[in-house]
Amino acid sequence: MTLGLINANPVVQAKKERLARTQDQHRDDHDDIRDPEHPYSLEQLSVLSEDSITLDDKLNRILITFTPTIQHCSMATIIGLCLRAKLKECLPLHYKVDIRVSPGSHADEDSVNKQLNDKERVVAALENPNLRQLVDECICSSEM
Amino acid sequence: MDLMEKNLELLEVQKLEGHNDRVWNVAWNPVSSSPSPILASCSGDNTVRIWEQSSLSRSWTCKTVLEETHTRTVRSCSWSPSGKLLASASFDGTTGIWEDLGDEFECISTLEGHENEVKSVSWNASGSYLATCSRDKSVWIWEVLGGNEYDCASVLNGHTQDVKMVQWHPTMDVLFSCSYDNTIKVWWSEDDDGDYQCVQTLDESSNGHSSTVWAISFNATGDKMVTCSDDLTLKIWMADISMMHSGEGYAPWTHLCTLSGYHDRTIFSTHWSSDDIIASGAGDDAIRLFVDSKHDSVNGPSYNLLLKKEKAHEMDINSVQWSPSKENRLLASASDDGMVKIWQLETKS
Repeated sequence: MTLGLINANPVVQAKKERLARTQDQHRDDHDDIRDPEHPYSLEQLSVLSEDSITLDDKLNRILITFTPTIQHCSMATIIGLCLRAKLKECLPLHYKVDIRVSPGSHADEDSVNKQLNDKERVVAALENPNLRQLVDECICSSEM
Repeated sequence: MDLMEKNLELLEVQKLEGHNDRVWNVAWNPVSSSPSPILASCSGDNTVRIWEQSSLSRSWTCKTVLEETHTRTVRSCSWSPSGKLLASASFDGTTGIWEDLGDEFECISTLEGHENEVKSVSWNASGSYLATCSRDKSVWIWEVLGGNEYDCASVLNGHTQDVKMVQWHPTMDVLFSCSYDNTIKVWWSEDDDGDYQCVQTLDESSNGHSSTVWAISFNATGDKMVTCSDDLTLKIWMADISMMHSGEGYAPWTHLCTLSGYHDRTIFSTHWSSDDIIASGAGDDAIRLFVDSKHDSVNGPSYNLLLKKEKAHEMDINSVQWSPSKENRLLASASDDGMVKIWQLETKS
Protein backbone atom coordinates (compact mmCIF):
# COMPACT_ATOMS: atom_id res chain seq x y z
CA MET A 1 0.00 0.00 0.00
CA THR A 2 1.49 3.33 -1.00
CA LEU A 3 1.03 6.35 1.13
CA GLY A 4 0.43 9.47 -0.83
CA LEU A 5 3.47 11.16 0.67
CA ILE A 6 4.69 12.22 -2.70
CA ASN A 7 8.26 13.44 -2.45
CA ALA A 8 8.14 14.86 1.04
CA ASN A 9 11.21 17.06 0.41
CA PRO A 10 9.53 19.96 -1.35
CA VAL A 11 6.90 20.00 1.39
CA VAL A 12 9.56 19.90 4.09
CA GLN A 13 11.64 22.59 2.37
CA ALA A 14 8.77 24.99 2.17
CA LYS A 15 7.41 24.37 5.63
CA LYS A 16 10.55 23.37 7.43
CA GLU A 17 9.98 25.56 10.46
CA ARG A 18 6.38 24.58 10.94
CA LEU A 19 7.26 20.95 10.35
CA ALA A 20 9.99 21.04 12.97
CA ARG A 21 7.64 22.58 15.49
CA THR A 22 4.89 20.07 14.74
CA GLN A 23 7.35 17.20 14.93
CA ASP A 24 8.54 18.38 18.31
CA GLN A 25 4.98 18.45 19.50
CA HIS A 26 4.33 14.94 18.26
CA ARG A 27 7.63 13.75 19.64
CA ASP A 28 6.56 15.04 23.03
CA ASP A 29 3.33 13.08 22.71
CA HIS A 30 5.33 9.92 22.15
CA ASP A 31 7.41 10.48 25.27
CA ASP A 32 4.34 9.46 27.21
CA ILE A 33 4.00 6.02 25.71
CA ARG A 34 5.32 3.30 27.89
CA ASP A 35 6.61 0.11 26.31
CA PRO A 36 4.20 -2.65 27.33
CA GLU A 37 7.01 -4.86 28.57
CA HIS A 38 9.42 -2.39 30.15
CA PRO A 39 9.02 0.51 32.55
CA TYR A 40 10.73 2.84 30.09
CA SER A 41 9.15 4.96 27.39
CA LEU A 42 9.38 4.02 23.73
CA GLU A 43 11.74 6.92 23.14
CA GLN A 44 14.07 5.85 25.92
CA LEU A 45 14.26 2.42 24.32
CA SER A 46 14.98 3.95 20.91
CA VAL A 47 11.85 2.33 19.53
CA LEU A 48 10.80 5.74 18.33
CA SER A 49 12.76 8.83 17.49
CA GLU A 50 12.23 12.17 15.85
CA ASP A 51 13.36 10.70 12.54
CA SER A 52 10.56 8.21 12.58
CA ILE A 53 7.85 10.75 11.96
CA THR A 54 7.08 12.01 8.48
CA LEU A 55 4.41 14.61 8.21
CA ASP A 56 2.70 15.82 5.08
CA ASP A 57 1.07 19.00 6.23
CA LYS A 58 -0.69 19.69 2.96
CA LEU A 59 -2.43 16.34 2.71
CA ASN A 60 -2.82 15.97 6.49
CA ARG A 61 -1.04 12.65 6.49
CA ILE A 62 1.47 11.32 8.97
CA LEU A 63 3.69 8.27 8.73
CA ILE A 64 5.18 6.84 11.90
CA THR A 65 7.82 4.18 11.72
CA PHE A 66 8.95 2.45 14.86
CA THR A 67 11.66 -0.08 15.61
CA PRO A 68 10.72 -2.94 17.92
CA THR A 69 13.52 -3.87 20.31
CA ILE A 70 13.95 -7.37 18.85
CA GLN A 71 13.23 -8.98 15.47
CA HIS A 72 10.53 -11.32 16.77
CA CYS A 73 8.93 -8.85 19.09
CA SER A 74 5.49 -10.21 19.87
CA MET A 75 4.41 -6.83 21.19
CA ALA A 76 4.87 -5.05 17.86
CA THR A 77 1.16 -4.92 17.13
CA ILE A 78 0.41 -3.75 20.67
CA ILE A 79 2.99 -0.97 20.36
CA GLY A 80 1.38 0.01 17.06
CA LEU A 81 -2.07 0.06 18.66
CA CYS A 82 -0.76 2.23 21.50
CA LEU A 83 0.68 4.66 18.98
CA ARG A 84 -2.66 4.86 17.19
CA ALA A 85 -4.63 5.32 20.41
CA LYS A 86 -2.29 8.05 21.62
CA LEU A 87 -2.25 9.87 18.28
CA LYS A 88 -6.02 9.79 18.14
CA GLU A 89 -6.00 11.83 21.36
CA CYS A 90 -3.44 14.33 20.10
CA LEU A 91 -4.03 14.85 16.40
CA PRO A 92 -6.95 16.54 14.64
CA LEU A 93 -9.50 13.87 13.75
CA HIS A 94 -9.15 14.19 10.00
CA TYR A 95 -5.44 13.29 9.96
CA LYS A 96 -4.57 10.12 8.12
CA VAL A 97 -2.13 8.06 10.15
CA ASP A 98 -0.01 5.24 8.75
CA ILE A 99 2.13 3.19 11.08
CA ARG A 100 4.89 0.81 10.08
CA VAL A 101 7.77 -1.01 11.63
CA SER A 102 10.99 0.38 10.22
CA PRO A 103 12.12 -1.71 7.24
CA GLY A 104 14.13 -4.76 8.20
CA SER A 105 13.41 -4.43 11.90
CA HIS A 106 10.87 -7.21 12.30
CA ALA A 107 10.60 -10.79 11.05
CA ASP A 108 6.90 -10.44 10.17
CA GLU A 109 7.18 -6.88 8.90
CA ASP A 110 4.53 -7.14 6.16
CA SER A 111 2.06 -8.95 8.36
CA VAL A 112 2.46 -6.47 11.24
CA ASN A 113 2.20 -3.48 8.90
CA LYS A 114 -0.94 -4.87 7.28
CA GLN A 115 -2.66 -5.37 10.63
CA LEU A 116 -1.69 -1.98 11.95
CA ASN A 117 -3.06 -0.22 8.87
CA ASP A 118 -6.34 -2.10 8.53
CA LYS A 119 -8.69 0.45 10.04
CA GLU A 120 -11.46 -2.07 10.70
CA ARG A 121 -9.09 -4.45 12.51
CA VAL A 122 -7.71 -1.60 14.63
CA VAL A 123 -11.22 -0.47 15.62
CA ALA A 124 -12.27 -4.01 16.49
CA ALA A 125 -9.09 -4.58 18.52
CA LEU A 126 -9.59 -1.40 20.51
CA GLU A 127 -13.19 -2.46 21.23
CA ASN A 128 -11.82 -5.56 22.93
CA PRO A 129 -11.88 -4.70 26.65
CA ASN A 130 -8.69 -6.60 27.54
CA LEU A 131 -6.66 -5.04 24.74
CA ARG A 132 -8.15 -1.64 25.45
CA GLN A 133 -7.11 -1.87 29.08
CA LEU A 134 -3.54 -2.79 28.17
CA VAL A 135 -3.34 0.05 25.67
CA ASP A 136 -4.77 2.54 28.16
CA GLU A 137 -2.22 1.49 30.76
CA CYS A 138 0.61 2.07 28.33
CA ILE A 139 -0.49 5.49 27.18
CA CYS A 140 -1.62 6.85 30.50
CA SER A 141 1.30 5.73 32.62
CA SER A 142 3.17 9.03 32.68
CA GLU A 143 0.04 10.93 33.64
CA MET A 144 -0.56 8.86 36.75
CA MET B 1 -26.60 8.85 -24.28
CA ASP B 2 -22.90 9.15 -23.69
CA LEU B 3 -22.41 10.14 -20.07
CA MET B 4 -18.90 11.37 -20.69
CA GLU B 5 -20.22 14.06 -23.01
CA LYS B 6 -22.75 15.40 -20.57
CA ASN B 7 -21.43 17.93 -18.11
CA LEU B 8 -22.27 16.15 -14.89
CA GLU B 9 -21.78 17.06 -11.26
CA LEU B 10 -22.48 15.38 -7.94
CA LEU B 11 -24.57 17.73 -5.82
CA GLU B 12 -25.03 17.30 -2.10
CA VAL B 13 -28.77 16.96 -1.41
CA GLN B 14 -28.56 16.62 2.34
CA LYS B 15 -26.25 15.73 5.21
CA LEU B 16 -27.82 13.29 7.67
CA GLU B 17 -26.56 13.85 11.19
CA GLY B 18 -27.36 11.71 14.18
CA HIS B 19 -24.87 8.90 14.62
CA ASN B 20 -22.41 9.40 17.48
CA ASP B 21 -19.52 7.57 15.87
CA ARG B 22 -18.25 6.65 12.41
CA VAL B 23 -20.84 5.36 9.95
CA TRP B 24 -19.72 2.12 8.33
CA ASN B 25 -22.44 1.25 5.84
CA VAL B 26 -25.59 2.51 4.11
CA ALA B 27 -28.32 0.48 2.44
CA TRP B 28 -31.28 1.67 0.39
CA ASN B 29 -34.56 -0.13 0.91
CA PRO B 30 -35.07 -1.93 -2.42
CA VAL B 31 -38.80 -1.43 -2.73
CA SER B 32 -39.40 2.03 -1.37
CA SER B 33 -38.60 4.80 -3.79
CA SER B 34 -40.25 8.02 -4.79
CA PRO B 35 -41.91 9.68 -3.15
CA SER B 36 -40.57 8.22 0.10
CA PRO B 37 -37.22 6.49 -0.32
CA ILE B 38 -35.83 4.83 2.79
CA LEU B 39 -32.19 4.45 3.75
CA ALA B 40 -30.57 2.47 6.58
CA SER B 41 -27.17 3.33 8.07
CA CYS B 42 -25.12 1.58 10.74
CA SER B 43 -22.39 2.81 13.00
CA GLY B 44 -19.66 2.45 15.60
CA ASP B 45 -22.25 3.81 18.04
CA ASN B 46 -23.81 0.30 18.03
CA THR B 47 -27.01 1.44 16.33
CA VAL B 48 -28.78 1.33 13.00
CA ARG B 49 -30.67 4.42 11.87
CA ILE B 50 -33.55 4.44 9.40
CA TRP B 51 -33.87 7.63 7.37
CA GLU B 52 -36.87 8.61 5.28
CA GLN B 53 -37.45 11.42 2.82
CA SER B 54 -40.68 13.29 3.39
CA SER B 55 -42.83 13.46 0.25
CA LEU B 56 -44.00 16.93 1.27
CA SER B 57 -40.90 18.75 2.42
CA ARG B 58 -38.42 16.63 0.41
CA SER B 59 -36.12 16.64 3.40
CA TRP B 60 -34.68 13.58 5.10
CA THR B 61 -35.24 12.79 8.75
CA CYS B 62 -34.35 9.95 11.04
CA LYS B 63 -37.47 7.83 11.38
CA THR B 64 -36.16 5.27 13.88
CA VAL B 65 -33.05 4.24 15.75
CA LEU B 66 -32.51 0.49 16.19
CA GLU B 67 -30.66 0.34 19.47
CA GLU B 68 -30.16 -1.66 22.67
CA THR B 69 -29.52 -4.86 20.74
CA HIS B 70 -25.97 -4.86 19.49
CA THR B 71 -23.32 -4.35 22.14
CA ARG B 72 -20.58 -3.33 19.72
CA THR B 73 -20.11 -1.65 16.34
CA VAL B 74 -22.72 -2.48 13.71
CA ARG B 75 -20.55 -2.96 10.65
CA SER B 76 -23.07 -3.51 7.86
CA CYS B 77 -26.78 -3.74 7.17
CA SER B 78 -28.82 -5.19 4.36
CA TRP B 79 -32.51 -5.16 3.42
CA SER B 80 -34.31 -8.32 2.34
CA PRO B 81 -35.59 -8.23 -1.28
CA SER B 82 -39.14 -7.67 0.02
CA GLY B 83 -37.94 -4.60 1.89
CA LYS B 84 -39.70 -5.77 5.05
CA LEU B 85 -36.66 -7.11 6.90
CA LEU B 86 -33.28 -5.59 7.72
CA ALA B 87 -30.25 -7.62 8.76
CA SER B 88 -27.48 -6.02 10.84
CA ALA B 89 -23.99 -7.50 11.18
CA SER B 90 -22.07 -6.59 14.33
CA PHE B 91 -18.64 -6.81 15.91
CA ASP B 92 -20.45 -8.40 18.88
CA GLY B 93 -20.50 -11.61 16.81
CA THR B 94 -24.23 -11.61 16.09
CA THR B 95 -26.46 -10.72 13.15
CA GLY B 96 -29.75 -9.06 14.01
CA ILE B 97 -32.90 -9.51 11.93
CA TRP B 98 -35.36 -6.63 12.24
CA GLU B 99 -38.90 -6.43 10.98
CA ASP B 100 -40.50 -3.17 9.85
CA LEU B 101 -43.77 -2.97 11.74
CA GLY B 102 -44.70 0.44 10.37
CA ASP B 103 -44.02 2.88 13.14
CA GLU B 104 -41.19 0.87 14.64
CA PHE B 105 -38.77 -2.01 14.01
CA GLU B 106 -38.64 -5.12 16.12
CA CYS B 107 -35.65 -7.42 16.44
CA ILE B 108 -37.28 -10.74 15.58
CA SER B 109 -34.19 -12.90 15.60
CA THR B 110 -30.48 -12.89 16.47
CA LEU B 111 -28.17 -15.17 14.52
CA GLU B 112 -25.28 -16.48 16.57
CA GLY B 113 -22.43 -18.74 15.63
CA HIS B 114 -19.47 -16.75 14.40
CA GLU B 115 -16.51 -16.81 16.76
CA ASN B 116 -15.82 -13.12 16.55
CA GLU B 117 -16.76 -9.93 14.63
CA VAL B 118 -19.34 -10.31 11.85
CA LYS B 119 -18.36 -8.03 8.99
CA SER B 120 -21.08 -8.31 6.36
CA VAL B 121 -24.52 -9.75 5.63
CA SER B 122 -26.29 -10.32 2.31
CA TRP B 123 -29.69 -11.70 1.20
CA ASN B 124 -30.02 -13.75 -1.98
CA ALA B 125 -32.33 -12.56 -4.77
CA SER B 126 -35.36 -14.52 -3.58
CA GLY B 127 -34.85 -13.81 0.11
CA SER B 128 -34.62 -17.52 0.91
CA TYR B 129 -31.00 -17.36 2.07
CA LEU B 130 -28.83 -15.04 4.10
CA ALA B 131 -25.03 -15.07 4.12
CA THR B 132 -22.69 -13.66 6.77
CA CYS B 133 -18.92 -13.50 7.10
CA SER B 134 -16.48 -12.83 9.89
CA ARG B 135 -12.93 -12.30 11.12
CA ASP B 136 -13.14 -15.97 12.07
CA LYS B 137 -12.40 -16.59 8.33
CA SER B 138 -15.68 -18.34 7.66
CA VAL B 139 -18.75 -17.61 5.57
CA TRP B 140 -22.09 -18.85 6.90
CA ILE B 141 -25.22 -19.49 4.86
CA TRP B 142 -28.50 -19.29 6.74
CA GLU B 143 -31.81 -20.63 5.49
CA VAL B 144 -34.84 -18.40 5.99
CA LEU B 145 -37.58 -20.62 7.41
CA GLY B 146 -41.07 -19.49 8.30
CA GLY B 147 -42.06 -18.01 11.62
CA ASN B 148 -38.97 -15.88 12.16
CA GLU B 149 -36.78 -18.97 12.19
CA TYR B 150 -33.31 -19.02 10.70
CA ASP B 151 -31.24 -22.14 10.40
CA CYS B 152 -27.55 -22.40 9.71
CA ALA B 153 -27.40 -24.29 6.41
CA SER B 154 -23.68 -24.20 5.77
CA VAL B 155 -20.36 -23.09 7.26
CA LEU B 156 -17.92 -22.38 4.46
CA ASN B 157 -14.22 -22.49 5.20
CA GLY B 158 -11.57 -21.60 2.68
CA HIS B 159 -10.45 -18.05 3.27
CA THR B 160 -7.22 -17.91 5.22
CA GLN B 161 -7.96 -14.58 6.83
CA ASP B 162 -10.69 -12.15 7.93
CA VAL B 163 -13.59 -12.11 5.43
CA LYS B 164 -14.64 -8.52 4.73
CA MET B 165 -17.79 -8.83 2.64
CA VAL B 166 -20.28 -11.32 1.24
CA GLN B 167 -22.53 -10.62 -1.71
CA TRP B 168 -25.04 -12.88 -3.43
CA HIS B 169 -25.21 -12.73 -7.22
CA PRO B 170 -28.21 -10.61 -8.34
CA THR B 171 -29.94 -13.39 -10.32
CA MET B 172 -28.45 -16.74 -9.30
CA ASP B 173 -27.81 -18.45 -5.98
CA VAL B 174 -24.07 -18.04 -6.29
CA LEU B 175 -22.28 -16.45 -3.34
CA PHE B 176 -19.19 -14.24 -3.46
CA SER B 177 -16.88 -13.31 -0.62
CA CYS B 178 -13.78 -11.12 -0.39
CA SER B 179 -11.08 -11.08 2.21
CA TYR B 180 -7.99 -9.74 4.00
CA ASP B 181 -6.30 -12.73 2.32
CA ASN B 182 -6.45 -10.67 -0.94
CA THR B 183 -8.79 -13.10 -2.70
CA ILE B 184 -12.38 -13.29 -3.89
CA LYS B 185 -14.08 -16.66 -3.54
CA VAL B 186 -17.10 -17.96 -5.41
CA TRP B 187 -19.38 -20.47 -3.68
CA TRP B 188 -21.96 -22.58 -5.52
CA SER B 189 -24.16 -25.56 -4.89
CA GLU B 190 -24.06 -27.51 -8.15
CA ASP B 191 -26.89 -29.89 -7.32
CA ASP B 192 -28.88 -27.12 -5.75
CA ASP B 193 -29.07 -29.24 -2.62
CA GLY B 194 -27.68 -26.60 -0.32
CA ASP B 195 -24.21 -28.11 -0.35
CA TYR B 196 -22.11 -25.09 -1.22
CA GLN B 197 -18.48 -25.46 -2.27
CA CYS B 198 -15.83 -23.02 -3.28
CA VAL B 199 -15.82 -23.29 -7.07
CA GLN B 200 -13.37 -20.49 -7.80
CA THR B 201 -10.77 -18.33 -6.09
CA LEU B 202 -9.71 -15.08 -7.76
CA ASP B 203 -6.21 -14.39 -6.49
CA GLU B 204 -3.13 -12.64 -7.81
CA SER B 205 -2.54 -15.40 -10.34
CA SER B 206 -5.94 -14.69 -11.89
CA ASN B 207 -4.98 -11.03 -12.21
CA GLY B 208 -6.54 -10.38 -8.84
CA HIS B 209 -5.77 -7.96 -6.04
CA SER B 210 -2.48 -7.72 -4.17
CA SER B 211 -3.95 -6.60 -0.88
CA THR B 212 -7.17 -6.79 1.16
CA VAL B 213 -10.31 -6.81 -0.99
CA TRP B 214 -12.94 -4.68 0.73
CA ALA B 215 -16.04 -4.88 -1.49
CA ILE B 216 -17.81 -6.52 -4.42
CA SER B 217 -20.63 -5.15 -6.57
CA PHE B 218 -22.48 -6.54 -9.58
CA ASN B 219 -23.97 -4.80 -12.58
CA ALA B 220 -27.73 -5.14 -13.10
CA THR B 221 -27.54 -8.11 -15.45
CA GLY B 222 -25.02 -9.91 -13.27
CA ASP B 223 -22.50 -10.66 -16.00
CA LYS B 224 -19.94 -8.21 -14.62
CA MET B 225 -18.67 -7.32 -11.18
CA VAL B 226 -16.35 -4.71 -9.72
CA THR B 227 -14.12 -5.23 -6.69
CA CYS B 228 -12.10 -2.68 -4.71
CA SER B 229 -9.02 -3.08 -2.59
CA ASP B 230 -6.36 -1.76 -0.28
CA ASP B 231 -4.06 -2.20 -3.31
CA LEU B 232 -5.59 1.08 -4.59
CA THR B 233 -7.27 -0.47 -7.63
CA LEU B 234 -10.74 -1.34 -8.83
CA LYS B 235 -10.99 -4.51 -10.88
CA ILE B 236 -13.73 -5.43 -13.33
CA TRP B 237 -14.55 -9.10 -13.86
CA MET B 238 -16.90 -10.89 -16.22
CA ALA B 239 -18.53 -14.28 -16.67
CA ASP B 240 -20.70 -16.00 -19.27
CA ILE B 241 -23.69 -16.35 -17.01
CA SER B 242 -26.03 -17.37 -19.82
CA MET B 243 -24.09 -20.61 -19.71
CA MET B 244 -25.06 -21.04 -16.08
CA HIS B 245 -28.67 -20.08 -16.66
CA SER B 246 -28.97 -22.79 -19.29
CA GLY B 247 -27.61 -25.36 -16.87
CA GLU B 248 -24.31 -25.97 -18.64
CA GLY B 249 -22.36 -25.87 -15.41
CA TYR B 250 -20.23 -23.28 -13.70
CA ALA B 251 -19.08 -20.31 -15.77
CA PRO B 252 -15.80 -18.99 -14.36
CA TRP B 253 -15.09 -15.33 -13.76
CA THR B 254 -12.21 -13.72 -15.61
CA HIS B 255 -10.44 -10.42 -15.17
CA LEU B 256 -11.60 -7.78 -17.64
CA CYS B 257 -9.67 -4.69 -16.62
CA THR B 258 -7.99 -2.89 -13.72
CA LEU B 259 -8.55 0.78 -12.87
CA SER B 260 -5.27 1.92 -11.35
CA GLY B 261 -3.68 5.31 -10.77
CA TYR B 262 -6.93 6.93 -9.67
CA HIS B 263 -6.78 6.30 -5.91
CA ASP B 264 -3.94 6.86 -3.45
CA ARG B 265 -5.65 5.57 -0.31
CA THR B 266 -7.55 2.36 0.40
CA ILE B 267 -10.80 1.99 -1.53
CA PHE B 268 -13.36 0.80 1.04
CA SER B 269 -16.47 0.62 -1.09
CA THR B 270 -17.69 0.36 -4.65
CA HIS B 271 -21.17 0.11 -6.15
CA TRP B 272 -22.39 -0.48 -9.70
CA SER B 273 -25.54 1.47 -10.57
CA SER B 274 -28.41 0.09 -12.64
CA ASP B 275 -27.43 2.48 -15.44
CA ASP B 276 -23.78 1.41 -15.41
CA ILE B 277 -21.99 4.04 -13.36
CA ILE B 278 -19.44 2.64 -10.91
CA ALA B 279 -18.98 4.66 -7.72
CA SER B 280 -16.05 4.31 -5.34
CA GLY B 281 -15.54 5.61 -1.81
CA ALA B 282 -12.00 5.83 -0.48
CA GLY B 283 -9.73 6.79 2.39
CA ASP B 284 -8.91 10.13 0.78
CA ASP B 285 -12.41 11.42 1.54
CA ALA B 286 -13.36 11.44 -2.15
CA ILE B 287 -16.11 9.82 -4.22
CA ARG B 288 -15.19 8.85 -7.78
CA LEU B 289 -17.50 7.79 -10.60
CA PHE B 290 -16.40 5.64 -13.54
CA VAL B 291 -18.12 4.68 -16.79
CA ASP B 292 -17.36 2.29 -19.64
CA SER B 293 -15.55 4.23 -22.32
CA LYS B 294 -17.36 2.23 -24.99
CA HIS B 295 -14.44 2.52 -27.34
CA ASP B 296 -13.73 -0.63 -29.23
CA SER B 297 -10.31 -1.73 -28.26
CA VAL B 298 -8.14 -4.70 -28.99
CA ASN B 299 -7.53 -5.01 -25.28
CA GLY B 300 -11.19 -5.07 -24.31
CA PRO B 301 -13.37 -2.52 -22.54
CA SER B 302 -11.87 0.31 -20.59
CA TYR B 303 -13.33 2.57 -18.02
CA ASN B 304 -12.96 6.31 -17.68
CA LEU B 305 -13.21 8.58 -14.68
CA LEU B 306 -16.49 10.45 -15.07
CA LEU B 307 -15.94 12.70 -12.09
CA LYS B 308 -14.13 13.00 -8.75
CA LYS B 309 -15.80 14.65 -5.79
CA GLU B 310 -12.98 15.71 -3.50
CA LYS B 311 -13.65 16.29 0.19
CA ALA B 312 -17.06 14.65 -0.18
CA HIS B 313 -16.65 14.02 3.56
CA GLU B 314 -14.22 15.26 6.24
CA MET B 315 -12.82 11.78 6.75
CA ASP B 316 -12.59 8.35 5.11
CA ILE B 317 -15.60 7.19 3.13
CA ASN B 318 -16.65 3.70 4.19
CA SER B 319 -19.63 3.09 1.97
CA VAL B 320 -21.23 4.33 -1.25
CA GLN B 321 -24.51 3.08 -2.62
CA TRP B 322 -26.71 4.07 -5.54
CA SER B 323 -30.43 4.33 -4.92
CA PRO B 324 -32.53 1.70 -6.74
CA SER B 325 -34.83 4.50 -7.96
CA LYS B 326 -35.05 4.79 -11.73
CA GLU B 327 -36.18 8.38 -11.62
CA ASN B 328 -33.05 10.07 -10.41
CA ARG B 329 -29.42 9.21 -9.81
CA LEU B 330 -29.18 9.37 -6.04
CA LEU B 331 -26.08 8.20 -4.21
CA ALA B 332 -25.70 7.71 -0.46
CA SER B 333 -22.32 7.82 1.29
CA ALA B 334 -21.16 7.05 4.83
CA SER B 335 -18.00 8.26 6.55
CA ASP B 336 -15.73 8.13 9.57
CA ASP B 337 -16.88 11.71 10.19
CA GLY B 338 -20.19 10.31 11.49
CA MET B 339 -22.21 11.64 8.58
CA VAL B 340 -24.39 10.08 5.93
CA LYS B 341 -24.78 12.20 2.81
CA ILE B 342 -27.27 12.02 -0.04
CA TRP B 343 -25.99 13.13 -3.45
CA GLN B 344 -27.64 13.66 -6.80
CA LEU B 345 -25.83 13.24 -10.10
CA GLU B 346 -27.06 15.99 -12.39
CA THR B 347 -26.19 17.90 -15.51
CA LYS B 348 -24.51 21.19 -14.69
CA SER B 349 -26.88 24.07 -15.20
